[in-house]
Amino acid sequence: MAAIAARGSVAPGTHHRLMHDISTCCTGQEVHFRRSPGVSRLPILAVCRRLCTLCSKMTPFRAVIPSASATFRNPCKACNWHGRASPSTQFSKSRDPEAISFPGFLAIRPGGKQHQKGAHSSATFSSTASMALSVAAAASATSLLCSIAVSQRQGWGHLGSFSSTGLIPLPRRLTSDCRRSSQLHVVRNVTTVKSSVATKPAGAIRKIQRMLESRERSAVEITEEYLSRVGALEPSLHSFLHVASDDEMLTQAAALDRHLAEGKELAALGPLAGVPTGVKDNICTKGMPTTAGSKILEGYRPPYDASVVKRIKDAGALVVGKTNLDEFGMGSSTENSAYFRTANPWDLSRVPGGSSGGSAAAVAANQCVAALGSDTGGSIRLPASFCGLVGLKPTYGRVSRLGLIGYASSLDTIGVLAQSVEDAAIMMGVISGQDICDSTSSHSEVPDYTAGLEPLDSFSSKPLKGVRLGIIKETIGEGDGLEEGVIRGGVDSGVINAIKDAGRHLEELGATLDEVSLPTFALGLPAYYVLATSEASSNLARYDGVRYGLREGGEDNGLAGMYKETRRRGLGPEVKRRILMGTYALSAGYYDAYYKKAQQVRTLVQQDLVRALSIFDALLLPTAPTAAFRLGEKITEPLSMYVGDMMTVNVNLAGLPALVVPCGTVPGGPKGLPVGLQLIGRAFGEGQLLRYGHIFEQTAPVRLGPLPELIPA
Amino acid sequence: MHPSAAHAISWSGVQRSSAASICLCPPAERVACSGGATGGQPRVHSLWGPPQQRRDVNGGANRFPTRRQVPPPKGCVCDALPKETGMKSLSVRGKEEGCQGGGGGGRRRLLLLSRGSGASWTTSGPSSSRTAESWANHCCRTLLTVRAASTATDVAEAATEYEAVIGLETHVQLAAKTKAFCSCPSEFGAEPNSNVCPVCMGLPGTLPVLNEKVLELAVRTSLALGCNIARTSKFDRKQYFYPDLPKGYQISQFDEPLATGGHVDIDLPVESGGGHCRVGITRAHVEEDAGKIVYAGADRLSGSEYTQVDLNRAGIPVLEIVSEPDMRTGLQAAEYASEVQRIVRYIGVSNGNMQEGSMRCDVNVSVRPKGRAKLGTKVEIKNMNSFSAIQKAIDFEIVRQVELLKEGKGDDICQETRLWDEGNQQTIAMRSKEGLADYRYFPEPDLREVVLAEEYIDRVRQTVPELPHEKRRRYEAAGLSMKDVLVLANDVDVAEYFEAVLACGTDVKSAANWIMGDVTAFLKANKMTVRDMKMLPSSLAELISLIEDKTISGKIGKEILPELLTTGTAPRKIVEAKGLLQISDPAALEAIIDEVLAANPKQLQDYRQGKTKLQGFFTGQVMKKSGGKANPVLMNEILVRKLNSG
Repeated sequence: MAAIAARGSVAPGTHHRLMHDISTCCTGQEVHFRRSPGVSRLPILAVCRRLCTLCSKMTPFRAVIPSASATFRNPCKACNWHGRASPSTQFSKSRDPEAISFPGFLAIRPGGKQHQKGAHSSATFSSTASMALSVAAAASATSLLCSIAVSQRQGWGHLGSFSSTGLIPLPRRLTSDCRRSSQLHVVRNVTTVKSSVATKPAGAIRKIQRMLESRERSAVEITEEYLSRVGALEPSLHSFLHVASDDEMLTQAAALDRHLAEGKELAALGPLAGVPTGVKDNICTKGMPTTAGSKILEGYRPPYDASVVKRIKDAGALVVGKTNLDEFGMGSSTENSAYFRTANPWDLSRVPGGSSGGSAAAVAANQCVAALGSDTGGSIRLPASFCGLVGLKPTYGRVSRLGLIGYASSLDTIGVLAQSVEDAAIMMGVISGQDICDSTSSHSEVPDYTAGLEPLDSFSSKPLKGVRLGIIKETIGEGDGLEEGVIRGGVDSGVINAIKDAGRHLEELGATLDEVSLPTFALGLPAYYVLATSEASSNLARYDGVRYGLREGGEDNGLAGMYKETRRRGLGPEVKRRILMGTYALSAGYYDAYYKKAQQVRTLVQQDLVRALSIFDALLLPTAPTAAFRLGEKITEPLSMYVGDMMTVNVNLAGLPALVVPCGTVPGGPKGLPVGLQLIGRAFGEGQLLRYGHIFEQTAPVRLGPLPELIPA
Repeated sequence: MHPSAAHAISWSGVQRSSAASICLCPPAERVACSGGATGGQPRVHSLWGPPQQRRDVNGGANRFPTRRQVPPPKGCVCDALPKETGMKSLSVRGKEEGCQGGGGGGRRRLLLLSRGSGASWTTSGPSSSRTAESWANHCCRTLLTVRAASTATDVAEAATEYEAVIGLETHVQLAAKTKAFCSCPSEFGAEPNSNVCPVCMGLPGTLPVLNEKVLELAVRTSLALGCNIARTSKFDRKQYFYPDLPKGYQISQFDEPLATGGHVDIDLPVESGGGHCRVGITRAHVEEDAGKIVYAGADRLSGSEYTQVDLNRAGIPVLEIVSEPDMRTGLQAAEYASEVQRIVRYIGVSNGNMQEGSMRCDVNVSVRPKGRAKLGTKVEIKNMNSFSAIQKAIDFEIVRQVELLKEGKGDDICQETRLWDEGNQQTIAMRSKEGLADYRYFPEPDLREVVLAEEYIDRVRQTVPELPHEKRRRYEAAGLSMKDVLVLANDVDVAEYFEAVLACGTDVKSAANWIMGDVTAFLKANKMTVRDMKMLPSSLAELISLIEDKTISGKIGKEILPELLTTGTAPRKIVEAKGLLQISDPAALEAIIDEVLAANPKQLQDYRQGKTKLQGFFTGQVMKKSGGKANPVLMNEILVRKLNSG
């Protein structure tokens, strides 16, 4: 078993020594803390600490990575002093079958003196921050990139209470019921609440199909109804960048009616026959404008349908229009659209979330039954949470990306927003599957996602019996904000309560609910913003005015002038910011410090999530730190906007599926603001997630009320 | 909500043509995405997850290898465009020429730069992009004293005290039917922008899919070059802006190339002294080609009014072969390049045509005093479209650098890219390396890693035929002179033909003589290749044996050769049909000779009086009389007897 030599704390003020001491992070990788002039490398994402088995405190250390098979469960010095365990107790899987192998989480044996909470790390990171800033002087992009790094260290400062210390948020012991025998720091939640089961109407897709089948209503009637709602609500919502013409839609609907009249089976017309569907405007639709919310693609009409669009069309869906989004999917509020801002149907003064805000607003306001969205760092889940919808971000590779206008290719996924889990499951079944035109799409079989969605009356008393759920402690922690590791400061207490209530409800349904600590959780955000911007800088290079889209300045200024002018006028400020950051991160001399380091962190984040999911069937956490915020509230503060993605980006980094279901409201707006519960599942475990989500949705004690009146008097 | 697209998008031709013309299919020879294949199939990495997941904590440790960054191929491609495919003129003044072809006519013709807005970028503006020509003009005036190409004496003189170090980067277009990452045909010489699709035009939302054939051809080439094939390699994005690069990045391989560490064995031409040498191969990697820039509106670049882009070439698979700096003379470099061409033609991975740009060489030259270990400053030369141009460009560059060194102006040699100016036979500075772009390589997230199974490599290895140098050794062993060996083994078609003739039992020397002599001369005169000729190897073998067994005379053989070559008829049939069989019957010959002697009494008398030189006259007369069919040996024997017996 590999030896672990751990270091204790270092007194404040000994930055230099510390920086050299912590030369190896928990992965055994060199952390570039060298300070030689000119080549100072910024270890944006260095993690030089491990979690104590017993008290779950983090301690800086210097360690050799344990071999994969080795498991360490060493309590920290502080705990030893409390006599909770003998020093360097080691267990192996064979000796302790109950122990869960999770080496990435734990492994520590402090060798030094008692650690002074916060102090040492604070010293480390403030000096790191200053390094970051000295590098930052080089370029404008740098400053932002570094700010990301710094913000992570300086503790989400703008989020409030937490972290005057400038620490990476650290986990802390949650209850005294510390299960020493477990490798994971798992805390049994003993609270129980009464479950209150209420009925929930079946999904809208099935409803439409029933009406069509029984000839209760014709497809034309249904389409007209949706079209009229689109027309009525657009002036206040602005969900769509482009709406299909009435003629187009009604012709298709009439054709469907004709087929039915001719005696064709509805099933033969496809699972989405007659379902008005919205498509996010960064998904290519043949002949229909596709702008990705950017001026640079104004009027661009793709010559081909994205694979997902082709699939839903083949399944009989009617494409209502192209929904608004943050330009190229870059944003969390849909305010970065180059055309207009979309309002949240729950409160027109608030954002619908982003970047799939148009899709979310349209579905929430019933302008369409369901909508396709894309999720690169939470762009489906955040709007689903803000608008009280079900949002599913599938596993990377489950759904073809062909025709999705690329933002960050290794993170992008296409998913669905719907009013019910059942609708989402039907949509997912249609759009999933391998596509030979997308090398990254998976060949794994697509299950019937609706199979596990039983009607409410056939539920057993404990429909989730045997399901192990883990609630990610860092995201719902409580405390004074000084506790290590808890992303508490930024998370609204109403949101936390809603998630905790949801957790209790799930327990009522038979699931076991434990807390799980993911020490790398907070590392995802800066890594995400390095990787996503790097890929974006590359993916957006094609908008050069040569072949399509906007072209400016070509007549007089030569090639370079055309490039500059086209991109200057065609791209919005947020897009430019990310291109600059990404270009910087990939530049020679900075690659190792940013891109490579971020990839390493990505691996850590992924490993941690995958390991946690080897124990739990799904992980629970909030979708966003807050409910929908006001339009304009964060638009001038890109960093605070970025921080809103902290609950969602890790899932993209790990490529896992995640489902958001509404779980309650917090005060705000005329009728409260929805909060979404996020469930992270195993790779290709969408079916499982949908089942849990369905059971939760059908039995949830908290029901979202009807939308407020959307048309101002 | 939006004004409908007011200006037709440039490729509206595509849009208007039938749906079938828009093909988003992956390359016909694509790599299957199914992961688990282990049966020798190459597979894209089968692990689930984002493609970069394997670039994990330990990944990318050797991120930046020492390989020089190769500047993108820019400018100077217009020469390569054949005249008959001249691009239709661009709508500089708002016309939309070229788009009309997209309709039902079945003929797709579209212009990328033809836009309703009428905008087009131009290189003629004051701050125009660098073009080869503008650099050329600039440099001719400022940097160089214009002079002719270096003479052989210059080169020899330079070589007395100085030594050149030369390395080559060779780009070989791989002869897959479709492009590297889409299903467009990769043929040369098609109507501009007709072999394009959303993928190779870099339209939003499109994704590359690796063509499996490309991989096979690249592996075969790498094996032929004696390289180690990486069991795992990946693609990277090399990023720079240029109008011929649709995506704004080129899919290439950076730190994990497909192949490393090979070599090429060269036999130098006999005329220049002969000898063998071996050139090391550093690496070979797969990448996609860029499109082609066409400067239009004038015959010359400098006066061009506007610029057009032809994306037919964009996405065509290319294998970049980087040599070790093992060469010392222009001749060696040219021979290395021609050996690479020979190899790729032998193994059938490329036509290696330098004029079409199917094979392009960039040369790196530095010069140092003899005996010094430290390398001089390296200069890159581009734009050579023949082997002799490579040799001349290098020799010129060596002389130029040596002269600068001799004059003590060694500092004037700077790391730069120079162009070979064929017209003026000199190299001219194009751009300085100081302004070298940062290509910001990073792993291509749209493609998975390429994992090659052992069995797959073995299978490809079996498809590698005998290589040129192996063939040369075999011919040498068969007793042919080095000169003959070099000629016969030069062209794989010729060599195959030669061997087929030998297989019919023909003697090595006569087969070689016939093929290198009359056959080659005829083909050359008629601008044909070995593949075009109809004569079967067995026919040539038959012809040779007819001559050897004296059925026909050598003269008759040469006479009927053109017919054989163009019709493919069997030689015996021609000979019989035309009654060309050699007359070896003494009685018949005697009769002819008697006739000749009778017809020329004066000459006979002169001969008998001592003018024996007239024997030739009589021989000629007899041959003429016999229609060339007389057996020369027998005829001479009888003739001499008859002449002297009078």
